[in-house]
Amino acid sequence: MTENYLKLQFYSLPRNQAFARDAVAAFCLELEPSLSAISDIKTAVSEAVTNCTVHAYKGATGLITVECKIEENSLHIKISDEGKGIDDVEQAVQPFFTSAPSDERSGMGFTIMQTFMDEFKVDSEKGKGTVVYMTKSFKTEVENA
Amino acid sequence: MQVTGTLRGRNLYISLSGEMDECSAQDARLKCDKLIDNNANANKIIINLAEVAFMDSTGIGFLIGRYKKASRLSVPLYVEKPNFAADKILNLSGIYSLIPKAE
Repeated sequence: MTENYLKLQFYSLPRNQAFARDAVAAFCLELEPSLSAISDIKTAVSEAVTNCTVHAYKGATGLITVECKIEENSLHIKISDEGKGIDDVEQAVQPFFTSAPSDERSGMGFTIMQTFMDEFKVDSEKGKGTVVYMTKSFKTEVENA
Repeated sequence: MQVTGTLRGRNLYISLSGEMDECSAQDARLKCDKLIDNNANANKIIINLAEVAFMDSTGIGFLIGRYKKASRLSVPLYVEKPNFAADKILNLSGIYSLIPKAE
């Protein structure tokens, strides 16, 4: 598998959530993912991009950058914003933790990213922004061997 | 996201169709709550997810919100026919202990 790279940059508008997850799903098709892997990736991307819209920029318009890299049989995804940053990353990644309980938020976004992807990391700096790194690995299987 | 209500006997079936994310949820909430308010004397409410092609964790918050609303009216809430991906998220959240899957 050759390397491949994609960079998308778009406004943190709610309607771009679907665009971002569909674009990443389309990009990873060359890895011949299963339907369930595509669904995992779309969900994880949707969670990360929604966090940028809802939390990092709090409804104001800012830029979200999604970078994807295919290396060997892995898809690496980096989603970054220049928003307000996370106060306490360790607390934020706990299941059911939400900073906005009144808005019917489940607090499951980071848990889903962690569970659905093979590798997951968050870097955040107050006032500077947040970067989420996620990797999905695709095993090379010899079929009908 | 399309929201369609059907009354069968005294059971209110609410069918959702489309993609459930933060962008589409607000409108779906309003439509769903209107159906629930208009059928406050229903025996039970069943939310059908068969036509939900995509759902992220917004769906969990959405269902918990409708659960709270239905509980205030003392109407039990169920979900039915989530696809494989929606089922995975709902299972992970443990929501089925509050909102069981209708058989």
